[in-house]
Formats: sequence, C-alpha cells, structure tokens
Amino acid sequence: MLQVEYLKATYGEGTVLHNVSLEAKTGMVTCLVGRNGAGKSTTLRSIMGLIETPSGDILLDGKSMMKSPSYDRARAGIGYVPQGREIFPQLTVRENLLLGLEAAAGRRQEIPEEIFETFPILKEFLERKGGDLSGGQQQQLAIARAVIASPKVLVLDEPTEGIQPSIIQEIGQVITRLKSKMAVLIVEQYLEFVMEIADYCYVMENGRIIMKGEPDSLDQEKLQATMSL
Amino acid sequence: METFLMQIFNGISVSSIFLLASLGLAVTFGLMGVINMAHGEFIMIGAYTAYVVQNLFRTYLPAAVFDVYVFVAIAASFLAAALFGAVLERLVICRLYGRTEDSLLVTWGVSLTLQQLARSIFGAPNVGVDAPSFMEKSLRVSSTLAFPLKRIFILAIALICLGSVYALMYKSRQGRNIRAVMQNRNMAACLGVNTKRIDCATFAAGCGLAGLAGCALTWIGPIGPTLGTNYIVDTFMTVVVGGAGSILGTVFGSAFIGVGGTTFEFFTNASVGKVLIFACIILLLQFKPKGIFAVRNRALED
Repeated sequence: MLQVEYLKATYGEGTVLHNVSLEAKTGMVTCLVGRNGAGKSTTLRSIMGLIETPSGDILLDGKSMMKSPSYDRARAGIGYVPQGREIFPQLTVRENLLLGLEAAAGRRQEIPEEIFETFPILKEFLERKGGDLSGGQQQQLAIARAVIASPKVLVLDEPTEGIQPSIIQEIGQVITRLKSKMAVLIVEQYLEFVMEIADYCYVMENGRIIMKGEPDSLDQEKLQATMSL
Repeated sequence: METFLMQIFNGISVSSIFLLASLGLAVTFGLMGVINMAHGEFIMIGAYTAYVVQNLFRTYLPAAVFDVYVFVAIAASFLAAALFGAVLERLVICRLYGRTEDSLLVTWGVSLTLQQLARSIFGAPNVGVDAPSFMEKSLRVSSTLAFPLKRIFILAIALICLGSVYALMYKSRQGRNIRAVMQNRNMAACLGVNTKRIDCATFAAGCGLAGLAGCALTWIGPIGPTLGTNYIVDTFMTVVVGGAGSILGTVFGSAFIGVGGTTFEFFTNASVGKVLIFACIILLLQFKPKGIFAVRNRALED
C-alpha cells in the first residue's frame, strides 16, 4: 500500500503541491484526476523522488521513502510509467525490459514468460529498437517494463494519452488484471476511462485535493465543472 | 612499394595511439557529456604509474623477471588512473553534470593541479621507461622493411581495449545500464538503476583507459608532467570527428587523423601536415557538425 501524507512539492521557489494526502491500496485502482496543471503529474514525480519535497511523507507499506533516491524507491517496489512513456529509443525492446528488472537489483536476469502472456505483441518485437514502436506499443512496453519486477505499487501517468481507442480498452483490461497483485495509482484526464476502471478517485485543483470518493459517489456536476475549461 | 607499406604501417600505428588515447574520452565526453580537460593528465598518471612500476621491478626484483613489469604496469596504470578518476568524479564532476562550461573550467584547473603535483613528486625533467627486451625487436618483412614490435604491441593493446569497451557497453548488464543512464537519467533511476554508481564507474573506466594509453606511450617516448597536454587536442578532435557517443566513430576518427596526418606529413612536413589535417577536420565538421557517426544523446542534446 502506498500512502502520501501532507506532501508539499516545490519547483525552485514555487510551491506546486500543498498538503496532498492520498492512499493507493492493493487490489484497487486509484485514480487522480484534474485539469492540466493541477499538479497530478507532479504528485507522481514526487512519489518517484524526481521533485523536491520539503515536507510531508511518502510511505510504502508503512516505510518512509522520503529520503530515498529514485532508484531505491523503484527497488523498494514502486513501478513507474511516466507521461510520454519514456522508452529508451536507442535500446531494443529486450533491453528496455531487462532494465525493468534492475528494480529487482540483479536478482533476476531473465524476462519472465508471463510478461508475453499479458503483452504478446512485445515478443515479436524483442530485437527492435524501442523508438521504432508505435505509441500504443510503446505504452505496452512501458507498462511491461514497470511491472516486470513485480512491484507493490504501479504508478501510471496518463496511460491513454495519444493512444487509439482499441488499445485504450486493452490497456484498461491489463490494468484491471494487474490490480489483484499490486496497488495501482493512475493520473488521467480521460474521465470515461477513469469511471470505467477506478475503484477510488481523488480530484485535484491548484495543487490540492478538493474531492475524493468512489467514482459513483462523486458529485458528477462538480467533477465535470472541475475538468472542463 | 616498401615506402608505401611503411607509410601505411606508420599511419595505422599513429591511429592506434590516438585510438587508445581517445577511447577513454569517448566514454567520458562522448557518452557522459563531461568536457574533461584533465583527460591528458590521466594519460600522464598512467605513464608515471608505469614508470614507478618499472623502478620497483628494477630495485626489488631480479633482472630476469624485469620484462614481466609490462603486464603489471598495464594493470596498475589502468587502476591508478581509474582510482583518481573515481575520486575526481565523486568530489567534483558529480556536481557539474549538465553544466558544460563550468566543467570545462574546473577540469582545466584539475589538469593544472595534477601537472604541478607530478612536477613536485617526479621533478620537471622528463623521465624514461625502458621497454622490455622482447619489444625492442622488429618484425622483419624483407631486407629493408621492418615493423617495430613495440608499435605492433600498442596496436594489439588498442584493439583489445576497443573490443573490451565494445563488449562491456553492448553485451553486459553494466553496459546496458550505462547506456540507459546516458540516454535518460531520470527514467533509468525510476527503473532502479543506481545512477550515482553508474556515473562514478563510467567516469572511472574512461579515466582508466586514459591511464592505459599513458602506459603504452612510455614505450615510444619520454614522459614528463606535460605529457597529457600534447594529446588533449588530438583526442578531443578524434572524438568530435568520429561523432560523440559512438565508439565506432572514435575508431574512424582516430583512423582519419592518424592515417591522414601521417600521409600529409609524408608529402609535406610535420607542421604543414598538421595544418592540412586540421583544415580537413574543419571542412568535415561544416558538413557533418555532429561527426561522422552522429548518435542522439541526452547529454549532448540539451
């Protein structure tokens, strides 16, 4: 389980997150929604240790991650799929996947077969350069890379961005399947997708959580108003 | 015909020295994007290490085993320069990633400091290292044509280093991590790659290769505190011409400068030859500003 408590994050002088608290439980898909610039991606980047967080706490199964560098957070069991996917374009698909195993700190060096059961397309492209894949394929590779070392929490930043509808459905199914084994935290702007897969929602505005609850219990009008504009 | 063959051999030999001297820079500058002006001084550190190893052998061991010093010197010069490199990375370079101009100035300062250090310890005059007896011979091809074994030995070392660097970078887990960190540092860290350790180890390896080059240089000339400054321009040239970030590029860069340089010198003289090869490089960079084998690279893009 991942807990974020009263987290504050800064870019240089400016504070971009104010006392953000949220929880992502195992067996659940937790979604973080909000407009552009609300601080959703910043929250995820803070969880990964890519942004300065002067106060608050980030706990993975009760253990504080605040002082750990990014690579120790990954090794502790946080799998990250960033916005824009950030596949290594010069490296082959196989090498990208093997890099995902670094989170297991060298204990495993073989790509487990289950990965290809979940993402059959990757097996065909193992020796291709990551940069040569299409957007949807790259997204699948990015998710595969993040879960290959069996993390406790999977963190995804806008997994539907720039992806064709049929693949979005597929990704939704994969995420729903993965949640039995790990906590899933998703940042998303595409509300329909959120309503379909989320078990719990947080709504963000101006670096603060302004609403939370199960997707059906949320005030739909207020939610639409927050998301539009 | 024989002059021609000798000329080709000279070209290849000079190229192999350039290759050896620039392989380390291909790693630290080409891959990591650190402008390390002290690269030449790591060559010097390697050379002096070879000198110290030679003296130790001469003083403490019987003359019969003297020749073995070469192999000890090769390993020691790599390790000494790598150790210096690791310390420099941890103390200074790690604070300067992404700050190219600053790293240029700081490493230049380091370069001057190391030169002075060498002057204080070993004195300003050049010192010599005796090549082992088996290297003093020549490979006779015909009555008038002979290739010195020293040169062939250096060529072999250069090729072995090239092979090892290639295998390390493209066939090993460490190499994969290094390439990942150099392409996208944050993402590599988010996957669990210990970026700090990779930075330090990569920089140390680059410096170690420079040290090895220094060891090889002791067999073909005297060594002094300013040994490195003679090579710094040529090595940077080699990496830039070849295309930073590409090992294959460095091979071509050194071949271009080595063979081209000796050919021009053969037809003109040493200084005009140098001018001509530099003119060629300027012309080449006009058309291929990123070098012959350009690779997209995080450090060089931003």
